[in-house]
Amino acid sequence: MDRRAQALLEVRDISKAFGGVQAVNDVSFALHKGKIVGVIGPNGSGKTTIVNLITGFVRADSGEVFFQGKRTTGLPPHKIANIGITRTFQNMRPYHSLAAYKNLIVPLNSPRVRKTAGGKLGDNNSVAIDILEEIGFERDARVPYKTAGALPLGYLKRLELGRCIALRPEIIICDEIFSGLSMSEITTMIPLLEKLQMEGVTIMMIEHRLRELFRLVDSVIVMHFGRKIAEGLPEEVMRKDEVKRAYLGTERKR
Amino acid sequence: MRTEGLYALSSWSDMAYLLAPRVFLVFGLLILPLVLDMYWQRVLCAAGIYALLAIGFDFLAEYVGLVCLGGALFVGTGGYISGLLNVSLGLPPLLCIPIAAVSGALISTIVLIPCLRLRGIYFAIVSFMFPLFAVFIIIALGVFGSTEGISALDLLPNRWFEQYIILALVLASVFSVRRLVNEDFGIILRGIKDNDQAVRSSGINITMYKVKAVFVAALIGCLGGAYLSHLYGWLGLSLFAMDFSILPIAATVMGGMGTLVGPVIGAFILTPMSEALRGFGQLRVVVYCLILIGFMVYKPEGLMNYLERKYHQFERWEKV
Repeated sequence: MDRRAQALLEVRDISKAFGGVQAVNDVSFALHKGKIVGVIGPNGSGKTTIVNLITGFVRADSGEVFFQGKRTTGLPPHKIANIGITRTFQNMRPYHSLAAYKNLIVPLNSPRVRKTAGGKLGDNNSVAIDILEEIGFERDARVPYKTAGALPLGYLKRLELGRCIALRPEIIICDEIFSGLSMSEITTMIPLLEKLQMEGVTIMMIEHRLRELFRLVDSVIVMHFGRKIAEGLPEEVMRKDEVKRAYLGTERKR
Repeated sequence: MRTEGLYALSSWSDMAYLLAPRVFLVFGLLILPLVLDMYWQRVLCAAGIYALLAIGFDFLAEYVGLVCLGGALFVGTGGYISGLLNVSLGLPPLLCIPIAAVSGALISTIVLIPCLRLRGIYFAIVSFMFPLFAVFIIIALGVFGSTEGISALDLLPNRWFEQYIILALVLASVFSVRRLVNEDFGIILRGIKDNDQAVRSSGINITMYKVKAVFVAALIGCLGGAYLSHLYGWLGLSLFAMDFSILPIAATVMGGMGTLVGPVIGAFILTPMSEALRGFGQLRVVVYCLILIGFMVYKPEGLMNYLERKYHQFERWEKV
């Protein structure tokens, strides 16, 4: 019980079915402050649904989510974001008609940021540009001023992360933030996440790129057909038979 | 940080380059009443009302992602409230109009709130329904003069005032909405249009923002409606006419979506054109549609975007 009290975010017996498909089935886990947790599993194993359940975009059939001991189940997404849980999206759509830095104006106007900044931020635009520069938008090359719709994928992924950072969250949930990126783009991304972790941000990463993920995470959760089948250190988890089977398929009995 | 504003102020010629179109628009509109005869002055006033509605339509469609066919709802609500205040309480028009604009906008917004979850064409259909709905309610209950309407409302002081007040309203609306969409408030609205999920996960209550945006558009529309009832000194069911929902769209398509000024120009072209085509009798609608189709086929970007592009191709008057 005391372990539970320490958890920053606790997911308790959460389930969700879409029609006849049990997308998430009785899943429980906890996130601890300042840790990076990976969530892996084959396609359709319910990873993104868990993100949607935590962030309030999808309502749970049963089960609860607690943030710092307070129940967040049933709150709308914007309230959950204001508590400090934010996310990136798998299919990224930036505010494509706006300049990159204007994309960050949205979170900078959230009640959460206004409150933590004591109601006053100074110039939102320059705050936004500072954040973008931190995550690798070269100010000298005027990258932050470019229209978001015209940016290449690597920048878009970072922009997505920047939108989360601007909210000054407690927890960032990254939904496949590495997918589609080249190796060099990922290697520039990893320090960003590590820096966030150093600053005390808790990160949950849904990912298919296991090798890159395992460089970062403190522990992983493995999902299969909506169930959590394993949790622990990456090397331990990958040794388990169920995990191997989920990833590689069952060996035919001879 | 170097902003666009600093570039603009860098020289007199640059400033002139930027200001010329604005000055041209403002003075062009202000001179119009002086050169028109009385009949066309009336048309100008009507065009002003359509221009107001078109600004509201463009704002909601291009910056919030709500295609709103509620123009007739705004005009009707504003017009009826203003007229009824005038008849029953005897308030002067100049007091009725602002009161009607604000209260009418409140009512229209509250009516539209349940539909805000809908997007695109679905919102359009539902918002189109409300004016029809209002007409049936008024007829069924026999209130507010029922099918006859109420005549002999107080008129505006004189015809010069009539024209200049509507032109002032149009210009004020264009410039303030244009400023609004570039403020943080407008940026968030544009974010909602592009990706509402991301806005929600950024801790913003999108419904609240949509409500405020609809209120802005409704305020501008109701202002036009309230003005209309005092322009003709009459209120009736035709305040809920479909024209008020449809013509603003045509004006926006013609003038250029998302430019805010374009729809105004569109309205000031289409309304007089519609009048001039009266000579065609029944064929008027056909000619009107042909012109619109022509625009959609040959200049789908709209007049304003086209002109802006051409204007920026000019050599700047720079001394070397």
